[in-house]
Amino acid sequence: MDKPLISQHISRQFNVELEDVRQRVLAMGGLVEQQIADATRALVESDGTLGQEVSRADHKVNGLEVYIDEECSRILARRQPTASDLRLVVAVIKTITDLERIGDEADRIARMATDLAAQERIPASYVEIGHLSKHVQQMVHSALDAFARMDPEAALAVAREDAAVDREYEALLRQCMTYMMEDPRTIRHVMDLIWSVRALERIGDHARNIAEYVIYFVKGKDVRHISLEQMEKEVKQ
Amino acid sequence: MEDKVMTGVQSKTSLGHALDIEGMSRNRDGAVGDEPIALEVQGLNLYYAEKQALRDISLTIPQKKVTAFIGPSGCGKSTLLRCFNRMNDLIDGCRTEGAIRLYGRNIYDADVDAAQLRRRIGMVFQKPNPFPKSIYENVAYGLRLAGISKKRLLDETVEWALKGAALWEEVKDRLEDSALGLSGGQQQRLVIARAIAIQPEVILLDEPCSALDPIATLKIEELMNELKANYTIVIVTHNMQQAARVSDYTAFMYLGDMVEYGDTDQIFTKPAKKQTEDYITGRYG
Repeated sequence: MDKPLISQHISRQFNVELEDVRQRVLAMGGLVEQQIADATRALVESDGTLGQEVSRADHKVNGLEVYIDEECSRILARRQPTASDLRLVVAVIKTITDLERIGDEADRIARMATDLAAQERIPASYVEIGHLSKHVQQMVHSALDAFARMDPEAALAVAREDAAVDREYEALLRQCMTYMMEDPRTIRHVMDLIWSVRALERIGDHARNIAEYVIYFVKGKDVRHISLEQMEKEVKQ
Repeated sequence: MEDKVMTGVQSKTSLGHALDIEGMSRNRDGAVGDEPIALEVQGLNLYYAEKQALRDISLTIPQKKVTAFIGPSGCGKSTLLRCFNRMNDLIDGCRTEGAIRLYGRNIYDADVDAAQLRRRIGMVFQKPNPFPKSIYENVAYGLRLAGISKKRLLDETVEWALKGAALWEEVKDRLEDSALGLSGGQQQRLVIARAIAIQPEVILLDEPCSALDPIATLKIEELMNELKANYTIVIVTHNMQQAARVSDYTAFMYLGDMVEYGDTDQIFTKPAKKQTEDYITGRYG
């Protein structure tokens, strides 16, 4: 089947409403990406001020979630969308929940960064954490891009990437454990870093969720809780 | 509500087969998946004089389910519905090819009596059309035509039919009043009671709610849900939400073609054809 089209409804107002929701999801996504980038920079560069700024900005993400949620409820009540329109609205409602959670994870990293910046800096895996963060930012970006272009293949690529992020996460955990074993005085500090690494890994999971909603929206297939191979088969069909 | 229907079902069996129509044996074989088939349409073409209104329609309508036909005006959905009880026979210059089988028997065979067929396949129209008679007589009319004259049996059946149509509680104290004094929604339910009084197997509904307010509409929809325990229901509707709410299967028709036919859930969340998608989401065709 062809890609769903948001435009071309007989009711132009409906086109406008759906396009508005779509744009706001992308805007929310952009904001969330920025939050991850800033939180990571605050952590890696021990910048407490930036960390506080990120925490303060989290309410913007929450506000967008509430706004888009209301907009979707209104569309459901007034338009009773069907088929791809219905799937778009359902996918949006789920996507913004994951985006909001990503925002929360960024906030978590920012708070760690603020705490750690107040302490003496220790030699730890800051470079690797920066790399993991770049990786998950790329996943979030690609997931939103797949959403914007309604591209199930691109969404599939995001889901594939999640496995690589998980491997990177495992490797970082091992590194952190080595630091703690070498010098137990760093345990508290490294524990905070582990929480941040964990938050980044969770962001990767949320990005994968968003990619799954894109596949649901475009192909009408629910690909949650299945293996990557099965997912590939569903997308190719 | 549920109780009423239960009583309805019980008295239906106690009524026995006073109305059994002979000459049409029931063949319950042939099923879509697990569903026994009530009606089977095969290669149906229909022409109004030169103009072809239905093109090579083939589908099966499962027993004791609600099947909805949707599509834009002039797509042939009402024409197809009318084929099921040969209402099109009454139109000059109307010609059909192909077969429609009711439990395996082609209703277009030469020896099938259309009047008897219409007892097995009842029809309810867009505008309620009660006779200018009392509420009681409206429901008893078809029974009297079928030769039932025993007062007790008539009373029993009228009550059963009115209960089945979820109208009994509203009219039980004024059965002798004129049916024309009822509200539109009540009249439509009365017409449905009249249709089920003679215990058809299939009920055809042609836009049954388009002249009704939303509450009366919901009552009719609720009624369909109850009636499908005992009857096969086929409904034509312009209201897609209604099709989505009441039907188990939905067929989308366009310009005389059957574009897509399937599970209502699937048609409304993930239609296979772009034409269906465009129609149900309200896009330019």
